[in-house]
Amino acid sequence: MKLLDPIRTVSMALLVFALTAPFARAKDAQLPQLMHLLAQDKSAKATFVERTYIGIIDRPLVSTGDLSFAAPDSLEKRTLTPKPELLVLRGNTLKIERPGKRLMTIGLEGHPEISAFIESIRGTLAGDLTALKALYSLRLTGPIGNWRLVLTPKQRRLSRIFSRIRIGGSDAVVRTIELDQRDGDHSIMVITPVSRRQ
Amino acid sequence: MKLRRRLVLGLWLALLIACVLVIAQTRFVSDLSAFMPKAPSARQQLLVDQFKYGIIGRLIMIGIEGGDAAGRAKLSQELASRLRKTGTFLGVQNGDSATEQRDRRYFFDNRYLLSPDITPAHFTVQGLHAAIQNSIDALSGDTGLIVKQLFARDPTGETLRLLDEFGGNSQPRRLHGAWASRDGKRAVLLAYTRAPGTDIEAQARAIAIIRNTFKRLPDLQAGSQLVMSGTSVFAVKSRNTIQGQVTRLASASLLLVVFLLLLVYRSPLLLALGLLPVLSGALVGIAAVSLRFGQVHALTLGFGTTLIGEAVDYSIYFYLQRAGNLNPGHFWRTIWLGVATSIAGFAPLLFSGFPGLAQLGIYSISGLIAAAIVTRHVLPAVVPQKLQLRDLSGPGFALDRLLDFASHLRWLPLLLSLAAAGTVYAHAGKIWNKNLSALSPISKSDQRLDQQLRRDLGAPDLRFMVAFSAPSRELALEGAEKAGQVLHGLMLQRVIAGFSSPAFVLPSRALQRARQAAIPDARQARRRLRQALVGLPVRFNRLQGFLSDLQAARTRRPLRRSDLDGTSAALLVDSLLIHRAKDYLVLMPLRPHDSSARVPLDINRVQDALQATRLRHIVVIDLLKESTSLFRNYRNEVLMLSEFGCLVIIALLLAALKSASRTLRVATPLICAVTCVTAVLLLSGVRLTILHLVGLLLVVAIGSNYALFFESGGRTATPVERRRMQVSLVVANFTTVGSFGILGLSSIPVLSDIGSTVSLGALLCLLFAAILARRIPGTPTP
Repeated sequence: MKLLDPIRTVSMALLVFALTAPFARAKDAQLPQLMHLLAQDKSAKATFVERTYIGIIDRPLVSTGDLSFAAPDSLEKRTLTPKPELLVLRGNTLKIERPGKRLMTIGLEGHPEISAFIESIRGTLAGDLTALKALYSLRLTGPIGNWRLVLTPKQRRLSRIFSRIRIGGSDAVVRTIELDQRDGDHSIMVITPVSRRQ
Repeated sequence: MKLRRRLVLGLWLALLIACVLVIAQTRFVSDLSAFMPKAPSARQQLLVDQFKYGIIGRLIMIGIEGGDAAGRAKLSQELASRLRKTGTFLGVQNGDSATEQRDRRYFFDNRYLLSPDITPAHFTVQGLHAAIQNSIDALSGDTGLIVKQLFARDPTGETLRLLDEFGGNSQPRRLHGAWASRDGKRAVLLAYTRAPGTDIEAQARAIAIIRNTFKRLPDLQAGSQLVMSGTSVFAVKSRNTIQGQVTRLASASLLLVVFLLLLVYRSPLLLALGLLPVLSGALVGIAAVSLRFGQVHALTLGFGTTLIGEAVDYSIYFYLQRAGNLNPGHFWRTIWLGVATSIAGFAPLLFSGFPGLAQLGIYSISGLIAAAIVTRHVLPAVVPQKLQLRDLSGPGFALDRLLDFASHLRWLPLLLSLAAAGTVYAHAGKIWNKNLSALSPISKSDQRLDQQLRRDLGAPDLRFMVAFSAPSRELALEGAEKAGQVLHGLMLQRVIAGFSSPAFVLPSRALQRARQAAIPDARQARRRLRQALVGLPVRFNRLQGFLSDLQAARTRRPLRRSDLDGTSAALLVDSLLIHRAKDYLVLMPLRPHDSSARVPLDINRVQDALQATRLRHIVVIDLLKESTSLFRNYRNEVLMLSEFGCLVIIALLLAALKSASRTLRVATPLICAVTCVTAVLLLSGVRLTILHLVGLLLVVAIGSNYALFFESGGRTATPVERRRMQVSLVVANFTTVGSFGILGLSSIPVLSDIGSTVSLGALLCLLFAAILARRIPGTPTP
């Protein structure tokens, strides 16, 4: 019995990360060129610190861990504190592993909105901007050394949950991802790339 | 003489009327359950009961194909909502959001009665602190959004705990708000009928309702089509196939017999009179089965009438005797001996574990006896004293010459049998079909559809199960909880990967009360929560909803089965907690770690651990092993009974013929025929089932008549008699080979197995008997 829909939450963090990948090595605001750059890079690793502000909780909740991406469709978010948790997206299957709990496996096909979401991200990774623009209004601001991309969902079923995603970075490096939820709760993930293979 | 004739006719008519009266009250059935074995052990009875009373027999899996995914989902919603309104179904599930909502509600609303965490320790200051801290940690995790929605009223995380525990991965995927197959090309639904699976009529109606409802759906796209599967769908389908085929095959056989007899007699009157013994036998047979079993299976009718078809021969012999004005003495001795050997052959059926075969035994034995008596006593009273039979001397002479020639071929059957025996020996170890489904009348494509739908719907693999019975629903649930504790321990030891229990979604009243008692009263709860929140980033005031939910849970009435109505959890309870005639059967499916392993699960270890629960007849079942062994047991049983039947036949022959060499003469063709038929079947790639075995038994029963007549006919009859007898034997044989041959063409394995075996066997019996048992005219009797 799938009584609740963890995919929404899960996919937010996950996909935002995925989404940023194309821009991570942006040298300028021209997306097509970014796509080209991206295609040459097969993997990325980073650590994160995420602060979540929730109305009912008096202080921000902090979680930390690692992120990694491997082309073409493999993503991992490994939370280390406060509670170890491993989230893996491979192909169309999303898995959440939590120690002592049952492995949660979610097929994305069963979730058209999320699926459309992910497919559009993948389309973006493959250089298909049209798909991305079908889902979000995109606004890229700031100089290349300190750029800021704001994504506003166009579809109601997405905008019902979150109002916008803000991604900040410098050059090819994504520094922050902020997710503003419709109910006022929000989260900021600060990302530090792990130095590439020397 | 006149008086005696009247008396005989009067008695006969009275018997027929009595039979007709009995038959008028008889229920005729045509589902295949009678040809499924009766389970002897408690363990196997569980298996059968599950089909009989459980959800399995009520479940209809539905698929909608064609069109696009969105269209299919829409049809699924519409079909489900219309079917729910018919009242025919206890539930129709298609993954619609309404059911999902109800499921959510059920777990959320009843979390304090359902959660295994609810113990007094859980609501101490430390317990509350730890549980709330846990939830806060989860808030920042990947499932944080869900936790957030629940936190204010469920800060101890019971709902998610329940989800973790019971939310399997087995649910079908959803497309456009409705369940779909894995490949997304088919919308899938589950309907379970109000009527039990054993009520075939009701199942047939339910299936028709689904089909008609689907046909009338609006927005039906071009190419939209409905597929269905499930035990009851199979049952209804095979019933229809059986009804259709039995009618068709029976009429074909009858036509064939009538045609052959007309060919021989050329007289409608003689034909009609000649059929009297068979018809009387059939009436007596049906009445006898009805009296013994309370119902008669269509297959019993079809087969049985073919079996007692040999009674047609009796009238043929009688006509010959009457026409030739011959001494009836030795004819009747031969006929009676033939009847006796046939009965000896059919008698083992009486002891069969398949009710259908036992019916067949009663039918054929009582029918044969009645037919023989009618031939002996009634026919003489109605057939004209001066009987002019068609002159069959032309074909008779030809046949005689042919047989004379055949007699020189003695080496042939023996050589063939030797080769056949070699073939059988070469197939040792792969003679038997070990698969029960070999008897299933379900076509391969239907079986494939069934497997697909089952996979699409995420129906759990029910190979391993813990089962026990309890006198009441409450005791059953308490038992499930007790067994659940043991199984939980085994899960931690990694003996099993998991298990299901009806008590997961419907705990026993005792456990619900214990959980209610674990909840502190309002004052205590407030005090403890206040203390528990010290050091946590949550203010007391925000959790008022939690406190009031706790108090409501503490004093509410316990959950009942009816509270589950409309949720998918109802299906879980109904399929695992089965109301039988006198008690409740509890099933707890076990999940092995690796179901593809050779030994996926250590059954003995589970069984040993469960002994501690002292539950009534608690057993761990490996369904695959059980059904295979069930099948093996029956095969061995039939094998043993057949051997016994053969021994009795030989003993009868010995006693009647009073000569070992004559007995050998009669028995050798039968043995050769049986060996050759077995070899032919094996060579054509068939693996033998119980029904082939039964077929071979019938071959012996029928073939013994041929051998007897050839043997004794050649011994005492005049050449004229002998020629007539030979013609009539060939005619009789053609009727048998023809009617069983027609059965052999059936697509139902039960029918074709027996049909092909008997038709080939009867033909070989006649040939071999003609060659081996027939005395060449003029040779001295030993």
